[in-house]
Amino acid sequence: MANLKVKFCEVEFENPLVLASGVLGVTAASLKNVVKNGAGGVTTKSIWMEEHKGHANPTMFGTEHYFLNAVGLSDAGIEKAEQLFGEYGVPGERPAPLIASIVAGQASEFAGLAERIVTLQPDVIEVNISCPNVEDEMGLPFACDPMQAAHVTEVVRKKMDEVGSKIPVVVKLSPNVPNISRIAAACADAGADGFCAINTIGPGMAIDLTTRVPILKNKVGGLSGPAIKPIAVKMVHDIWKTTGLPVIGTGGVMTGEDAIEMMMAGATLVGVGTMVYYRDVGGFGEIAAEMNEWCEKEGVKDLSEIIGTVK
Amino acid sequence: MYQQNEKLDSRPKILPIKKIVKETETIWTFIFDYSKFAHLGSSKPGQFVMLWIPGVDENPFSIAYDDGKEFWLTIAKVGDATEKLFEMGEEAKVGIRGPFGTSYEFEKGDHLALLAGGYGAAPMYNVAVNALKEGCKVEMIVGARSADLLLYEERVKALGGDVTYHAATDDGSKGHKGYNTEVLEELLASDSLEGGPVTRVFACGPEVMMKKAAELAGRKGIPSAVSLERYMKCGIGVCGQCCMDDSGIRACKEGPVYDGAAALKLSEFGKYHRDSVGRKVEW
Repeated sequence: MANLKVKFCEVEFENPLVLASGVLGVTAASLKNVVKNGAGGVTTKSIWMEEHKGHANPTMFGTEHYFLNAVGLSDAGIEKAEQLFGEYGVPGERPAPLIASIVAGQASEFAGLAERIVTLQPDVIEVNISCPNVEDEMGLPFACDPMQAAHVTEVVRKKMDEVGSKIPVVVKLSPNVPNISRIAAACADAGADGFCAINTIGPGMAIDLTTRVPILKNKVGGLSGPAIKPIAVKMVHDIWKTTGLPVIGTGGVMTGEDAIEMMMAGATLVGVGTMVYYRDVGGFGEIAAEMNEWCEKEGVKDLSEIIGTVK
Repeated sequence: MYQQNEKLDSRPKILPIKKIVKETETIWTFIFDYSKFAHLGSSKPGQFVMLWIPGVDENPFSIAYDDGKEFWLTIAKVGDATEKLFEMGEEAKVGIRGPFGTSYEFEKGDHLALLAGGYGAAPMYNVAVNALKEGCKVEMIVGARSADLLLYEERVKALGGDVTYHAATDDGSKGHKGYNTEVLEELLASDSLEGGPVTRVFACGPEVMMKKAAELAGRKGIPSAVSLERYMKCGIGVCGQCCMDDSGIRACKEGPVYDGAAALKLSEFGKYHRDSVGRKVEW
């Protein structure tokens, strides 16, 4: 049995597979169930300070090759998050590390939200500045502009320092940019401890031919699933090479070999979300077993050894 | 020719409404012909589909009947999507995804008690039709506020002698005056029931009613199953919106049909559900 444990910003994970934000992350019970099924860590659905409605249905569907979603960041706000953290467990009593994904419409709002989130003691804070499904209401995501991305990072960093929190701050980046390295470098300079990449691609659109109506109620939605893996691998590598900071490599991971590939590109943790559609929730444990199998076959004793080893 | 894997395609399939049957002023049954999509396989009783009103919204509905060529959905007019649906009329095109979720499982020769509250009569009719094919005997117990709101009575009675129809109304305008669970309790206690004692209880309707049904079956030492209804977005086990406390099961995937004894162990069963943003709401 290879050692699948990894350390991400000093936080220890039993294995590198973390549930990505937006999938099975509405309740503590659901997150615990994902851990029970083999995930090394879990991420909440993005948390707003106040209630945020999201889009009407259909909000998602899949095909063999891709998955499209526009949930629109629905959430009941910080009080519900407080409930969720209470039910998931305090640090030390958690089944696995809990990553809090946070989102806001204005850069300045991230400060107050970060301050509230810190009191819940998440193991990692993930700053979501890259959702492509709310552009009608919020404009281009912060993650599409280096200045704005850096500004949000700085706002959160300042607040963390002000309240004396050592909780690592990870910025979730968008692939929908000409040069992700520039964005990552700007966030790193502004005080990011790491990155999560990539958020969904696009947005894309799918049309029902009979009715000639876009299938998603929001008309457009973020692309995920098997097709996006090569883009994710490339961007994770760009970020890791440019900043040297740890990355949660997310995008199109369906198998143990996909996860290994993501780690070779530079990921320390591997985000897994859309996989649930293709393999169901038991896929977490299966992927971990497949990673172990690969390690044994290749004589890798400690999975951490392979991070960033692409030649 | 290149063809994608159909099983992994959860895009809506567009079907015309073949026929509309008015049950009451605000509850209609929509009949769809889906022989074109026979490769999807027909549904099992208790399963649901997501019904898409193109450009408006999409909601889950239990299947009321399915013979492999056509299926029925009995729908109440309660909101944007259903209001639009009620305006559309026969031949209008809607989208269907599914069938999804678990189903009511019984054994050949079972004596089933089917407890239905309100619209729950529709999926219970589906169970009855299928159970009769397996040589089961059926006690159908339908509850409503008043006689005019009792659904599926004529259809159930038309199923023949192996089905007994029991009505319960709050105002006593038909059948037992009071809860349908009281009728169930009586049937379970009876030692002179034609066809022998009830061997299995299925319930579909208000959660408090289903909780009572599961408890009554448990006390009697017979198996039961209930139909979990939670706010759903995706219907395919991904979004996490319909997860239930505190095991985290998904109503769309591990449910909607769920073992009654196991449902009683769900801490939220009969107590609360969650709204579209995930906030707890007491029943």
